[in-house]
Amino acid sequence: MTREEIIEQVNSVLAEEFEVEDSNFAPDANVKETLALDSLSLVDLVAIIQYTYKIKVPVSDLPKIKTFNDLYDYIENHL
Amino acid sequence: MERRVVITGMGIWSCLGKTLEEVRQSLYTGKSGIIFSQERKDAGFRSALCANVETPDLKPFIKRNLRQFMPEEAQYAYMATRAALENAQLSQEYIDAHEIGIIYGNDSVAEATMNALDKFREFGDTAACGSGAIFQSMNSTVTMNLACLFRLKGINLTASAACASSSQAIGLASLLIRNGLQDCIICGGAQEANMYSVASFDGIQAFSVREDEPTKACRPFDRDRDGLIPGGGAATVIVESYEHAVKRGAPILAEIVGWGFSGNGDHISTPNVAGPARSLELCLKNSGVDLKDIGYINAHATSTKAGDGREALAIAQVFGDYKVPVTSTKSQTGHEMWMAGASELIYSMLMMKNGFIAGNINFENPDEETACLNVIPETKETQFNMFLSNSFGFGGTNSTLIVKNL
Repeated sequence: MTREEIIEQVNSVLAEEFEVEDSNFAPDANVKETLALDSLSLVDLVAIIQYTYKIKVPVSDLPKIKTFNDLYDYIENHL
Repeated sequence: MERRVVITGMGIWSCLGKTLEEVRQSLYTGKSGIIFSQERKDAGFRSALCANVETPDLKPFIKRNLRQFMPEEAQYAYMATRAALENAQLSQEYIDAHEIGIIYGNDSVAEATMNALDKFREFGDTAACGSGAIFQSMNSTVTMNLACLFRLKGINLTASAACASSSQAIGLASLLIRNGLQDCIICGGAQEANMYSVASFDGIQAFSVREDEPTKACRPFDRDRDGLIPGGGAATVIVESYEHAVKRGAPILAEIVGWGFSGNGDHISTPNVAGPARSLELCLKNSGVDLKDIGYINAHATSTKAGDGREALAIAQVFGDYKVPVTSTKSQTGHEMWMAGASELIYSMLMMKNGFIAGNINFENPDEETACLNVIPETKETQFNMFLSNSFGFGGTNSTLIVKNL
């Protein structure tokens, strides 16, 4: 899977799950703020990555994922 | 201090309709909400009959981060409650300024629980359940969701009493109001309609297998009945003290004049006659009404051999020579279980307010036990001003309500 494919799929899956109309997220935008995630819905972000990519995201790794770029990097590095 | 308890609003999401007018029409015309589900047959059900309950779209009303806490039955309950609040002219501004409670009947969240645990087992990680799973999979999910969505600050309680759950919920609410502990309570019952919620129920061979005639399969009190059919949805009634209703200028529809209850202390699934009879007797005693003033009985009768027969004998034992008109609206809806006490109160209210008794569809011949009843087979235009509604459940839990027209 290329990085472009990851970006396209991640944006589409997140926009659908969190009901955001525009899925063209800025790479350096903050994920929590853009998707309006609270402490509970952050768990859903972990769950979605898990379903979609079969990647287990330990809670201790969450602080590393601040921007969308961080998220793409994380997925790319764990695929 | 004993206060009068009144009903000021109703809302429903059922296989007979999603508005009071749709449901009234369905009751009057004898419409059946029962269908054959190929999905259930393919999945391995012995009986693939079920009620046809539409899934509501809550997107226009509730944001995603709150919707994710709501399993199917909470979604039905939200729609029914929105409609009931509107019907009772109870605005969010009023709710915000007063202590309004909620007591709702619910006794399962099978699909939500299954989905969460399937994900846990598939991924070996608890986070895979998702953030909504814990709130979706608790039995009190309906009251916890609705209390937050409507910002309710009074009693917040789920009644789980099998198929008597929502009747007990209304009974409990009326008791709290009668005693002055609450002024206004949102009451009702919700029932998930997905196949997983009733797979094990199908497993004990309790469902009708008349699959070639879905609309004729549910036939309470009829000689040829062969089992119940599972239904679902939600029904909400707004219950408040008479004084409270008058003070806020609410539409007063009817009065809950009595609640009776009992336990069979017997078999877990096979009912007896004595238990239901005591529930009826206690309700009549608490109401202080002459039983001849009761113009209609909405029976619990689910279309099972044992249950309908025992209930018929209990009614006949209590009512003696008075052949009170009886029907079971389950002939049209199937068994709405946790929702049934509340939905059947609404069905009976619609009949009382509109001058008819909906016929017990598919009642053609009584059997030895049910012949003692005056079952009304076809819709009859008639005025009555008081009805009694029975709800009985597994474990021998019985609840009876008497409601008077105002």
